[in-house]
Amino acid sequence: MSFIEVNNISKTFKVSVRQSGLKNAVKSFFKRNYKYVEAVKDISFKVEKGEIVGYIGPNGAGKSTTIKILSGILIPSSGTCKINKMTPWEHRKEYVKKIGVVFGQRSQLWWDIPAEDTFDLLKDVYDINEEEYQKTKKDLIEKLNLKDIIHMPVRQLSLGQRMRCEIAASLLHSPEILFLDEPTIGLDATSKKIVREFVKKINKEKKVTVILTTHDMSDIEALAKRIILIGKGRILYDGYLRKLKNKYDNNKYINIITNDKLTIKHKGIISKEKTKDGYNIIIDSKIINLSDFLNLISKKIKIEDVEVENENIDNIIVSLYKEYEI
Amino acid sequence: MKFYLSYFKLRFITSLQYKTSALAGISTQLFFGIVYVMVYLAFYNSNSSNGPMKLPDLVTYLWLGQAFYSLFYMYYKDPEILDLIKNGNMAYELIRPKNIYFMWFCKILSQRLATVILRFLPVIIVGFLLPNPYGLSLPYSLSNFMLFLITLAISTLLMTAIITLYHVIFLNLLNEKGIVNIFSTVADILSGSTIPIPFFPIFLQKIAYILPFRYIIDLPFRIYSNNINILNGINQMIIQIIWFILILIIGCAVMKKNLKKIVVQGG
Repeated sequence: MSFIEVNNISKTFKVSVRQSGLKNAVKSFFKRNYKYVEAVKDISFKVEKGEIVGYIGPNGAGKSTTIKILSGILIPSSGTCKINKMTPWEHRKEYVKKIGVVFGQRSQLWWDIPAEDTFDLLKDVYDINEEEYQKTKKDLIEKLNLKDIIHMPVRQLSLGQRMRCEIAASLLHSPEILFLDEPTIGLDATSKKIVREFVKKINKEKKVTVILTTHDMSDIEALAKRIILIGKGRILYDGYLRKLKNKYDNNKYINIITNDKLTIKHKGIISKEKTKDGYNIIIDSKIINLSDFLNLISKKIKIEDVEVENENIDNIIVSLYKEYEI
Repeated sequence: MKFYLSYFKLRFITSLQYKTSALAGISTQLFFGIVYVMVYLAFYNSNSSNGPMKLPDLVTYLWLGQAFYSLFYMYYKDPEILDLIKNGNMAYELIRPKNIYFMWFCKILSQRLATVILRFLPVIIVGFLLPNPYGLSLPYSLSNFMLFLITLAISTLLMTAIITLYHVIFLNLLNEKGIVNIFSTVADILSGSTIPIPFFPIFLQKIAYILPFRYIIDLPFRIYSNNINILNGINQMIIQIIWFILILIIGCAVMKKNLKKIVVQGG
């Protein structure tokens, strides 16, 4: 049995909807219209201990809902989930001792007081014994470079500094699983790097299983070998990032600037898009290599400028989203 | 247990940062105390037949009411809890290995204790220093005083249970204002904080005596001056304890039910 086993999880929300404006607001006061939104549909996956899994998808795909179900906050409408032999929402109190969660858009630190005071409180929330607490705290301060900021009131910290404190706060009780919901949102390059390296380190040293959602593909590239792609509440891809990359690695993005009209049909041209001053074309260089392609079009039109870009992970995701129409 | 203590400590430290607010609170309470006492004095002087309470008892009641105002006013809404329901920080609340009901109970209790600790003593001292008939009297007897302290402690718990209950109800109501304002106004009046219950018309007194709210203010403050004697006081204390346990159980049950259908707001 795997460490984390999720089977056929679905979650439906009842959402009240109304058009904007006073008239509709009054109307909805008397009769409310509801819509049922399926945030996640029939999600199943398995994660082994010590894995880092990147959980990606466009906005509103159901990533955060999944994280909330996995961390025992929401109860799914149907489906089962066993994590470390426990069902998160049934054994909530026991289960949450073993997990750490960071919600990138929220804060668990007390606004008016230094982060260290919140840490001290969390020590008692999780019943951590003094010696262990001091050890973990020291370790976290060192790894996340918190020495100078831990004594300042949280409201005076920058976003990146605060996020590092948030992550530390989620790990004081040495959890076995860490859920990171957009941990690098709004962070600068240095802070991102610190966070990534830290996640890597604890995964390696303490065998912490990490499930990470993000929109920053470089996070995924730096951390996760495996990704789960979710869109419109369904899992679309679950597997190695490398495999996905190989599949798309031969793609070249060609931006041509020209005044002429281009009509071209050839094997290996994946897509053609008209832009303001030319075309964006994606080709598969395994089928048609770049020089052949350029030869072909230079015969047809006058090229003023051309730019060729290799595949990168962001483009892969965009084309995946396109492929699955999400 | 340790968690609740350190939580209280933290709340207390935080509220120490707001010295101005404490000073403002004390002066407001002193002002209101004096105004109330003068109004009732005028009322007693102009009316030849005696009111339902002896004048010194009444004045004492009023001063105690002002001293403990920040502990017992029933309009209290915990900004932290309301915020976390509204903006979705409830998510962090739910990943703590603690019973959410008791966590909130403790939050509210510590907030209220932290506020009152900074404020009650100056009001009491000024109350004692004021000359007769404006001032606060000493307790009727030592045993009255002891019973006063015990019922005051229980009423603090009862108050917290009631306030926690309406925060629990908020959990599934995004806009809390309407229902809670009605509820808290009724609770506040029937607790005897605005007008002592013996001054109520008979039918309202009957209602007040049935409901739990009077056990918060009316009972301990009247025991202090022996307006309710020891024997009655002990009997009513038992009812007070029963109310506390009952409301605690209701709160836990509602919390359990609400957590099942919780929706965390925002992404």
